[in-house]
Amino acid sequence: MLMELFLTFAKIGMFTFGGGYAMISLIENICVENKKWITHDEMMTVTVIAESTPGPIAINCATYVGYKRAKLPGAIFATLGVIIPSFVIIFAISKFLNHFLEIAWVANAFKGIKIAVGILIVDVAIKMLKKMKKKPMQIIMVCFAIAAMLLINIFALNISSMVLMLASAVIGIVVFSINNMRREHMKK
Amino acid sequence: MIYLELFIGFLEVGLFSFGGAYAAIPLIRDVVMAHGWLDDEMLTYMIAISESTPGPIMVNMATYVGSEKGGLLGAVIATTAVVLPAFFIILIIMLLMNKYLQNRYVKAALSGLKSCIIGIILVTGALMILKNCGLFDGKTDIFTIGLTCGIAFVYFGSRKFMKKAITPIMLICMSAFVGVVAYTL
Repeated sequence: MLMELFLTFAKIGMFTFGGGYAMISLIENICVENKKWITHDEMMTVTVIAESTPGPIAINCATYVGYKRAKLPGAIFATLGVIIPSFVIIFAISKFLNHFLEIAWVANAFKGIKIAVGILIVDVAIKMLKKMKKKPMQIIMVCFAIAAMLLINIFALNISSMVLMLASAVIGIVVFSINNMRREHMKK
Repeated sequence: MIYLELFIGFLEVGLFSFGGAYAAIPLIRDVVMAHGWLDDEMLTYMIAISESTPGPIMVNMATYVGSEKGGLLGAVIATTAVVLPAFFIILIIMLLMNKYLQNRYVKAALSGLKSCIIGIILVTGALMILKNCGLFDGKTDIFTIGLTCGIAFVYFGSRKFMKKAITPIMLICMSAFVGVVAYTL
C-alpha cells in the first residue's frame, strides 16, 4: 500500500505542470475514478482546504489522500512521492542545464503542454459543475466567483483569491443561518 | 549558516503562501531578495523554469535555490522546509475534521466555498487558454488557437466516441509531442 501510494503520487507529481489546478484533474482521474481512494465530494473538500491553507495544493492533496489510506506513514510516502520527480528534475537542471529553456524542442514541447494544461483545468471545472448540487445559492455563488475573478483579471486588481474564498464561506454561513431562522419561524 | 537560513526562509514561504503559487510569488520574491539568493532577472527565469517543469512551483523554487546555495543538502533542506507547513496543517485538519466537519455551520461554509472554487478554477483555466492564444494582449496567435481547438476536440471527443477515453497524463504527453512537431516545423 505504501509503495502504491508513493508510486501513484510520483506519477502525479511527474505530470503536474502549471500549478495546482491541473493536478486536481489528475487526482480526479486517478484517485477518484480509477482507484476510488476518495470520493468526488471529498476531493472538493480537499481542494477547498488546500486553497484556504498555505502551501502548494499538490502537497495538501497528497498528504490528505495518503493519510486517509494509511495514516501517518501513508501521508509521508504520498507527499514524498509527489515531491521527488520535481526535486530530481530541478536539481539536475541547476547542476547541469543552465540553459534549459533555450533548448528549442524543450520550449516547443512546453508550448504544447501549456495548451493541455488549460484544457485540463477547464475540464475539471466542468466536471465539478456537473456534479454540483444545483440549488439557487450554489448557482449564484459560482456566478459570483466567475464575475469576481473576471473583474480581478481584467482590471488587474490586487485581490487574492483568498478574499473570494473568505467571502464565499461567510455568505455560505449567512444564507444557512437565514434559512434556519426562517424554518424555525415557520414552525412557530 | 546557510542551511539554517535556507530552512527558515523557505519555512516562511511554505507557511504564508496562501492561494497557490502565483499568489505566493511576491512573498517568494521578498524572501529570496532579502537573503540575496536570486536577483530579479534570475527570479523571472526561475519562475519560467518552474512553470515548464513538473511539480509545484514553490517546491521547484526551493529545490533550485537550495541547490545553488548549498548543494544537495541545501536542496533537501529548502525543499523540506517549504513542504512541512502544508503537510502538518493538513494532518492537523484531518485529525480535527471528523469532529468539526459534522458541524452545521462548517458544512454551510464548505458549501459556499465549494461553489466558489468551481468559479475560480473555471476562470483560471479559461484565462490560461485565452492568454496562451494571445487573445488577452492583442497578439492573436491563430496557429495556437488552431492547435488548442484540435487538441480539445480530440480530448473531449475521445470520451464520447472511443471505448477508452484519453487520460490527463496521455493528453499531456500527446500535447508535448504535438508542440515539438508543430512549433518546430
